[in-house]
Amino acid sequence: MADRNFIPIGPFHPLLEEPEFFKFYVDGETVVDAEVRVGYNHRGVEKLAEGKTYDQATFLVERICGICSTSHPFAYVQAAEDVSGIVVPERALFIRSIIGDLERIHSHLLWVGLAAHFIGYNTVFMWAWKYREPVLDVFEMISGNRNHYGMFKVGGVRRDINDAQIPSLLKAIDEIEGFCSMLVKAVMDDPVIKARTKGIGILKKQDAIDIGVVGPVARASGIINDVRKDFPYAAYDRVQFERVVLPDGDVFSRMAVRLLETIESTKIIRQCLKQMPKGPIDAEVREIGIGEGIGQHEAPRGEVIHYVRSNGSNYPERHKIRAPSFMNVPSFKKTVIGQSIADAALITAAVDPCYCCTERMAVLDRETNKVLLNGDELVRLCQEKTEKMRNK
Amino acid sequence: MGIITEQLKTKFGDRISILEKNKKRVYLETGIDQVKEVVSYIYRELGARFSTASGIDTRAGVEILYHLALDRQGLMVTVRVLVPKPELKMPSFFSIMPATEWVEREIHEMLGVDFIGHPDPRRLLLPDDWPEGVYPFRKKSFESEKEVTEK
Repeated sequence: MADRNFIPIGPFHPLLEEPEFFKFYVDGETVVDAEVRVGYNHRGVEKLAEGKTYDQATFLVERICGICSTSHPFAYVQAAEDVSGIVVPERALFIRSIIGDLERIHSHLLWVGLAAHFIGYNTVFMWAWKYREPVLDVFEMISGNRNHYGMFKVGGVRRDINDAQIPSLLKAIDEIEGFCSMLVKAVMDDPVIKARTKGIGILKKQDAIDIGVVGPVARASGIINDVRKDFPYAAYDRVQFERVVLPDGDVFSRMAVRLLETIESTKIIRQCLKQMPKGPIDAEVREIGIGEGIGQHEAPRGEVIHYVRSNGSNYPERHKIRAPSFMNVPSFKKTVIGQSIADAALITAAVDPCYCCTERMAVLDRETNKVLLNGDELVRLCQEKTEKMRNK
Repeated sequence: MGIITEQLKTKFGDRISILEKNKKRVYLETGIDQVKEVVSYIYRELGARFSTASGIDTRAGVEILYHLALDRQGLMVTVRVLVPKPELKMPSFFSIMPATEWVEREIHEMLGVDFIGHPDPRRLLLPDDWPEGVYPFRKKSFESEKEVTEK
């Protein structure tokens, strides 16, 4: 196997939640085998949580992820409430759904921007990130922070949405929906993006079921799976929205699912803002009780699940966390093999686990460890392929 | 009682104990000899999605909870099994549910459970130079502090 080269991708990337290390074995330009290694950023949060009270753990789990920082507290508070069946006030449920879906919009727009950058479409990258800004402004208006909102607590939420804010929030949501619709049309009708992403990195439905992928990756492979519909929680059973499911399983489908979901999310937020009842926002929980609970949340990347076991003290006996990428990342083996290196960067990106890592991609000769291609070269390869297609 | 709970009760009878906590959560408890049959029934016949598995260190052994999501029914079925100490051997579910590959590797390195029949039991999360036989998610109160630091 002396002539078999591999491309190491990773392991460190500060932008997204999980640093990973991918080894793509290549034969010429084609990827023939793939290996994944994770754990570089294993911070032992589950163990740390055992030393935190139930209220402190909300802030601890919020720090698991920087992009979808609400996903983990959302699932965690539900797990803690599930232990002894704490009933959360209605108004808090609506505020939770608003936060959860605002986050989906900004996370998906971030992804679309980066994916566009990869295929050399920096215009779309700039647009998508420009239109992500108003979402962050809305977050600032509601929570005081652009990210890490600190909105959740066991039994409710920490901040109310002021009635005086609602008209300006609705106006902002209308604007965001306008931007998203424009982006959907611009991206999905673009012949170059189509040529570059259609039929690439296909994850077949049966493979997707076997690997157990969740979220947009599953929905792009034709699996009807959305925790918001399947296990109704927060205010998701009180609003109308559609699950976006596409059958093809390629990179284009994943992009389309994410883009179309942003529009569904604006619908959810608008309905929540309008239907939100008056009342308390906190159940003022005094104790968790003895038992165990499971909390689920449909994060931008898929189902987050937290399991909490309580022994009646202030500290959980066990706190198990499973992020969606834990299920989605193993799908690489099925999607990358047989594809060219120029596409591998895009396919790794399509699952939405990591980007900065690809800046560190380098093709090495296995015998001499000499760098043949580095990260910039690979992005250039990927962008040149688009350029060639465009000129055809 | 829900339809799924009924179905499980008729199928397995006394071999499992069922606790229906609420409309969305069902907990089953079963022995290590039957767990494969129970889990594969829920996964294959009832069409569940493997969500994740949690491992918990207890005095008697490591408890493993398989969280299986029945998306169409909106029900999370959790199968609980106790892997007794000190052997900590457990059949791997990889052949039935490929989705368990990573989580079994995680439980293996964090709690020291051996999954018999796992195709790739290498480390997943811990660094390569982590000492052998030190399992970070074990409760310290169950093994002496000295023993851990000596390793």
